[in-house]
Amino acid sequence: MITKAAKEHLIASLDAGVRLDGRKIGEYRPIEVKYGVSKTAEGSAEVTIGDTKVIAGVKLSVEVPYPDTPDVGTIMVNAELLPLSSPKFEMGPPGIMAIELARVVDRGVRESKAIDVKKLCITKGEKVWGIGIDICTINDAGNLFDAAGLAVIAALKDAHFPTYDGVELNYKERTEEKLPLSKIPIPVTVIKVGKHLITDPMNEELDCADSRLTVTTIASGEICSLQKGGDMALTVEEIGNMVDLALKYGEELRNKL
Amino acid sequence: MAYTKRLDGRKQKECREIVAQAGVIKNADGSGYFKIGNTVAYAAVYGPRALFPKRVQDPSTGILRCNYNMMPFSGMGSRVRPGQNRRAKEISMVTEKALLPVLDLKEYPNAVVDVFIELTQTDAGSRCAGICAASIALADAGVPMKDLVAAISVGSVDGTLVVDLDYQEEAYEEGEEGVADIPIAYIPSTQKISLLQMDGEITKEKLIEALEMGKEACEEIITVQKKALKEKYNL
Repeated sequence: MITKAAKEHLIASLDAGVRLDGRKIGEYRPIEVKYGVSKTAEGSAEVTIGDTKVIAGVKLSVEVPYPDTPDVGTIMVNAELLPLSSPKFEMGPPGIMAIELARVVDRGVRESKAIDVKKLCITKGEKVWGIGIDICTINDAGNLFDAAGLAVIAALKDAHFPTYDGVELNYKERTEEKLPLSKIPIPVTVIKVGKHLITDPMNEELDCADSRLTVTTIASGEICSLQKGGDMALTVEEIGNMVDLALKYGEELRNKL
Repeated sequence: MAYTKRLDGRKQKECREIVAQAGVIKNADGSGYFKIGNTVAYAAVYGPRALFPKRVQDPSTGILRCNYNMMPFSGMGSRVRPGQNRRAKEISMVTEKALLPVLDLKEYPNAVVDVFIELTQTDAGSRCAGICAASIALADAGVPMKDLVAAISVGSVDGTLVVDLDYQEEAYEEGEEGVADIPIAYIPSTQKISLLQMDGEITKEKLIEALEMGKEACEEIITVQKKALKEKYNL
């Protein structure tokens, strides 16, 4: 629960052009991307945005393809909001927040066709590569969508195939071969507080948000997924402005990779 | 052919490289990072905080609750399914028992101190790394403690005693005498052992000798843990 006074204070400071932590309205907190943070994963990355920290890991495996897509590799995205990363997160199966986070990141990767899934086919109808992506939060200080999306793309870029002789997978030996990754989808979350549209929200700001929009874009400027959150509705004009911000900052985030 | 030379070239009593840090998770009341070789553990402490449901509260003292978890990509082989399995539950329980002797939670009736341990990558010795990280995190949180706890695995590989077994040593199959893996936790001030498990084969004499080797290694680990805490508080 957020108090009325806290929200008024936030809006007053935004009116004056300052964020709660002293940032300018459009500024992101410092961003850092570290590759290869987990040696047991075929690909991994840690992304820090201010005090928010997430790790994404990619495991590759040989799977049986779905009957309706016999020559297509599989992608799975899962998010764990670890109780280690916030007093608000509890143990147990993923709640709706974790499910939403995983699905938004999943759609960005899937719908942008960032990975050429046909190239993941080993034997049509029998064997395809499966990409298992897990997002684990280390510290939640807001804007998990952007941090997780960036970490997942970084981990996919980092990934190398394990060796496979047609019978057995050898995780200890990796090949030089990388994933067929052709596009870089980047989710950017914009929230609306009062009349203000702000990016890279901290939890204190997210708690006050009237609405939230996560827009995933690729370098060409195309939008590949959208997710609206928050209790209030948005006008078409506001959506347009939010997409503009997502395109602008998406470019900035893409350059961090 | 006895196991005279370790697979990665270490000396018998030599641990893998250790990196320890305190205060790595801002949201937590206390946190620790412990890396030994390719095994990496994060630990976060939340509490003492309110404990629910009420029937699990203890009016005479606060309780310690540990949760050990491997991230899905942290296993040596294929992806580990998220969520608690039997192994994780058992390790969580023995981790609690390893840490409890140094804690004094009498001042916090009905409360809980939660310790969350997460492994980002593993190469054997993950429960020990978790205990080392948790010990740093508890001290960082300012929970009343009589001492730190250090943990390491000791064991016998084809009859040769070694400390800090890695995965390829645990899985060593070439010898005739087999492998014994003994994770221990050690409290320096009382010289007592608060975690003791074993699987494999070993004689009593070798066991006692292995435990002494483990104690020595733990003394080294304690200095690394203390250094990490002092660094955080600029001491």
